[in-house]
Parts: sequence; C-alpha cells; structure tokens
Amino acid sequence: MAAYLTRRIGYGLVTVFGVLFLLFVLFFAVTDPDDIARKAVGERARPEVYAQWKKNHGYDKPLFINMQASDAKRYTDTLLFEHYRRMLTFDFGRSDADDSPISSRLREGAGPSLSLTVPLFVFGLALSVAVALFVAFFRETYVDRLMLVVCMLTMSVASLLYIIAGQYLVGQLLKWFPISGFDPDPAVIARFLALPVLVGVVSGFGADTRFYRTIFLEEISRDYVRTARAKGCGDARVMVRHVLRNALIPILTNVVVQIPFLFTGVLLLESFFGIPGLGALTVEAIQGNDFSTLRTMVYLGALLFILGQILTDISYALADPRVRLG
Amino acid sequence: MSSPLLAVEGLSISFPGEGGHMRVVDRVSLSVAAGETLALVGESGCGKSMTALAIMRLIPKPGRIEPGGRIQFEGRDLLSLSVPDMRAIRGARIGMIFQEPMTSLNPVTTVGDQVMEAIELHADIPREEARGRVMELFGLVGIPDPKSRFVAYPHQLSGGLKQRVLIAMAMAMRPRLLIADEPTTALDATIRAQILELLRDLSAKTGTAVLLITHDFGVVNEVADRVAVMYAGQIVEQGTRVELLSRPRHPYTQGLLRSIPKAEARGHRLEEIKGTVPRPGHWPSGCRFHTRCPFAFAPCPIEEPVRTPVSPTHAACCHLVEREVQP
Repeated sequence: MAAYLTRRIGYGLVTVFGVLFLLFVLFFAVTDPDDIARKAVGERARPEVYAQWKKNHGYDKPLFINMQASDAKRYTDTLLFEHYRRMLTFDFGRSDADDSPISSRLREGAGPSLSLTVPLFVFGLALSVAVALFVAFFRETYVDRLMLVVCMLTMSVASLLYIIAGQYLVGQLLKWFPISGFDPDPAVIARFLALPVLVGVVSGFGADTRFYRTIFLEEISRDYVRTARAKGCGDARVMVRHVLRNALIPILTNVVVQIPFLFTGVLLLESFFGIPGLGALTVEAIQGNDFSTLRTMVYLGALLFILGQILTDISYALADPRVRLG
Repeated sequence: MSSPLLAVEGLSISFPGEGGHMRVVDRVSLSVAAGETLALVGESGCGKSMTALAIMRLIPKPGRIEPGGRIQFEGRDLLSLSVPDMRAIRGARIGMIFQEPMTSLNPVTTVGDQVMEAIELHADIPREEARGRVMELFGLVGIPDPKSRFVAYPHQLSGGLKQRVLIAMAMAMRPRLLIADEPTTALDATIRAQILELLRDLSAKTGTAVLLITHDFGVVNEVADRVAVMYAGQIVEQGTRVELLSRPRHPYTQGLLRSIPKAEARGHRLEEIKGTVPRPGHWPSGCRFHTRCPFAFAPCPIEEPVRTPVSPTHAACCHLVEREVQP
C-alpha cells in the first residue's frame, strides 16, 4: 500500500511539472507579456509606466534564457524559472487587474465557495444515489420509465435556464429566498444558499441518477446477488448489503475526484447568485484580463484534479479488498 | 409410498419473446425422496437450470412460472407461498449452489461473514455462536484452517475452496434439499472428484436430498440414485441410475451415453448425436427429438409421445417405447 501510494504521488508530481510547462506556454509564450502589460496600463501610457508595471508584475524577464546574466543566472533569471518557482512555492503574486495579493483573495473566496459546493455535493450525491437505487430495484416497471423521463427532461434543459427560472419563480414570484446575494453570517447564510443549491442539485440530478442506475443494474445481474437470494436475503437486504456495497467501487471513481474541486467553486452559480467565491473570482478574472489570477486558478484546478485522482486510488484500496490485499 | 420430499408437477416456465411467450420448460414433473440424489441431465439450453431456479422461485425477470404447475415441498405448495414464507425456505430448508464458484461469492465481504449471513438470516442466535457454527461447517466441508479462512476474501481462495465455501453456505441450516446446479463444471478434474465426493458424503451424513443438475454422465454415475433426462424443455426419460445407464430406452439417452469417451473405444471415432439442440422456445412439433433421432418414423413429427412406464421406476416418452409396451 505504501509503495503503491508513493508511486501514485510520484506520477502526480511529474504531471504537475508537465501542467506547469503547458501553462507557461499558454500564458507567456502564446500570450505575449507585452500585450498583457499594454492591456493593463492602457495603450497610451508613458514608456516608464509601462516598464515599471512589467517589472512590478514580473513580466520584465526573457522567456527561457537570459543572455545578459551570467552562469546559472542565465537560466534562473527567466520567466520560465520564475513561473515554476512561484507556482511550486504557492507564491502567486498580485493580480494583473487591481494589484491585490492573489493568495488573500483565494482565502477570502474559499469560504463562500465551500459553503455553496459542500451542501450541493452532499445533497446531490445522496439524492441521485438513493433515486438510482430505487429505480434499479423497480427496473423495467413504470416507476423506472417515469424516472427515465424525468431524468432526460432535467438533462435536456440548459443549466442557465434553471438559474433564471429559479430566480424568477422562487425569488421573484414566490419570494421564498433572495434572488441573489451572500452573507457569511451563519444565521442568514442558508437563506442565500438555498436557491443556488436547489438549482445545482436539479441540474445535476438527471445525468448522475442515470449513471448510478447503470452501475446498480450491472451489479444486480451478478452471480453473487443470486447466491444472496438463494440463502434467503430479502430484496432490501440484497440491495443495501450486497449491491450498494459493491457498487461503491465504481461510484467512488466518479465522486472522489470531484471532492477537491469543491474549493474552486462553481462558475455559473456563483456569478449569477452573487456569491463571492472562487468561481466568481475566476469569471471576473476572465472578463478583466487578469492573467495572473487566471493562471493561478488553472494551476490550482490541475493540482486539485491530480489530488482527486490520488484520493480516488486510496478510496479504491479502502473499498475493494482485491486492491488492498492484492 | 409416502409423499416425496419434493414433487414438481406440470411445471412450465415461459419468457416473453418475439411472437408471444416462449416456453423454455414444458410440463416438467419430477420428484425427489428424502435423502436421495436425483440427477437432472441434459444439454445446455434444455431448461434444467430454469427448473432448479423455479423450485427456489428465483426465475430471472421477465420469465415466469405458468399457472397450473405445482411444486410441493415438505407438503407445502411453494408456488402459493407468500414472499416472506418463501424467503424462510430459501437457504434454510432448501440450499442451492451454483456453477460458477468464481463469481458466486460477494467479492468485497469475507467468506466467513457470507456463510454467517446464511445462519443469521434464519436463526436468532448470538454472533459468537454463529461464528462457531461457521467454523464447524468449514470443517465439515473440508476447508483446512477454518480460522484463517474465515477472514479471507473470495479472491484469496482457489476455485475448489470457493465451491466448498458455497456448499458450506448452502448447508449452513441443514436443509432437507440441496440443489446443485452444475457444481463441478467450472472446476479442474481432480477438484471435481473431491467436490462430488464431498456432496455424496454430506448427503449420507446429514440425510439431505440432492437435486443435481449436470450435463455429465460421469457425474451421474458417481453420485446419482435416480436420473431424469431433459431434452428441449421436457423430461424424456426417468429411472434409477442402473436402469438408465444400463438399459436406456429413449434414443436421446442412448445417444448421450454413446457419446461419452470410453477407454475401450480408443482409436475409434467418438459417436455424437447429429444435429444441434433446438433454440429454447422454438421446439419442433410432435416428439421434439425427431429432427435428430436415428429411429424417427411416421408418428414422430406429428404426435407428441406420452410418458410410458417400462418398469415401476422407469419411464420414457417415445413412440418406439409406446409400441413395444402396447403393441
């Protein structure tokens, strides 16, 4: 298990280096630092201001090799090296748009993001797994077919429509919850989160339920289920003790990889509901040509994805004795 | 004669298919007396496994047992029992083992817990006592070192050991009837002999009757008291082992016996039954074997033969036998 884990983490590190190089190509080589600076200070700024801005934001060095420097500095005093150094030490610097330190903005945004994504994740997962188990039990009956229609309907509607319809129906007409906004005060936070969580759960419901149903159906047809019935297990016991326990393995693959992403929030929901989380921050960065923030978010996304993969492998080993002991 | 332990009468099983319902098992009647071993023999697709599953009421959807048939077990009609009553019989009064020991155990639970579940489902006893019983059962079915095997997962055991675990599970509540559906087909030849011996021993020791489903006359010869031969969803011949193996009356049984490789026939071409088994539900008219029968004559494609006794314990469904008995 320890060797397995070490190997997985080793692969992860290699991937991080690769991701960083791709990021560098995208954000420095393809997007010219001069363009970034010009966008930030304006076309008609004086050359000193322009040069100063580039220096302040660390865009003033050559890309790969510094011909002016000597010895090792020739390779270390470059944008590429700085990029690796900063990202690997989590020194993200300042925003290209408003000079605010990126790490403090990350800290501010993580809380609101998590307060939205954690309930969304928990309710969404519980609902779709429970419904999937239910329809798998009533497979090939009208219950199953009715649920198929519901799932296809919720899958076919664009999530943007759920947001707008939710805000209009629940916020405007029924006035149950505010249309948008956020307040971290624990007494009122639920009022602001209820609607976005509801919208998120509904828009993810169909696809997840269909997916879990397929997994359950596959397990139900296996030989060990017949054995369980032959020894006198009732339907409910077969579903929970045998089918659910085995289906956990493929379900985990789908679920655990999502957990790290709870930190980065949800782009659409946050920006439409005015939740100042990391999803909203990312959307803002895209709109405001804030390349340093965007770079940081893409890098964090990749890191979290790799982390999710490692977590999935660990959870596999915990759920499946064949991996744990084999 | 006292009533048998299990009596199946006129059992038909059908599946929906193109053009209405297809009968995969057609008016099957058989009986198993307490303590005896009945071998149900036939090629794949003849309906023998479905017959066994029907006794457990575990026919996979959308198949169904047609009304009119009866399955009497210990004096009760299993087909009219409520679901909870039937559940109380499965695993307690009737145990069942399957063909594929490799996949028939739950891969994520220890084998000890799986056998223990069979006990806990039917007996309200403390866990420690149930554990002790599992150890006893493991000893009974010849699993060496029961203590360490108890916490083993299925993938850590060999096929033979897995089948022993499954037998322990089926025998956990000392059932009156054990249904063994091709229990040795997936196993190596040496393991096969051991498992058959175990089944024979268990039956003798506990008085459990066995309904053994197989396509292998070698297996029949080893363990069966009586034999029923199935073809195309019907039972075509029934009798004691000696009667069937030494004086088979139905051409199908004769063909099956001739197609067993024998040491003295070395160097000669192995005889086979010509043609192929008809597809389940798409049976020929009249006698279903007439398309492959070397002796088929005028009435065979038209008229269905009736069950004709040739001795008090031996009967066959064949026009030839009918003529011989009542000329």
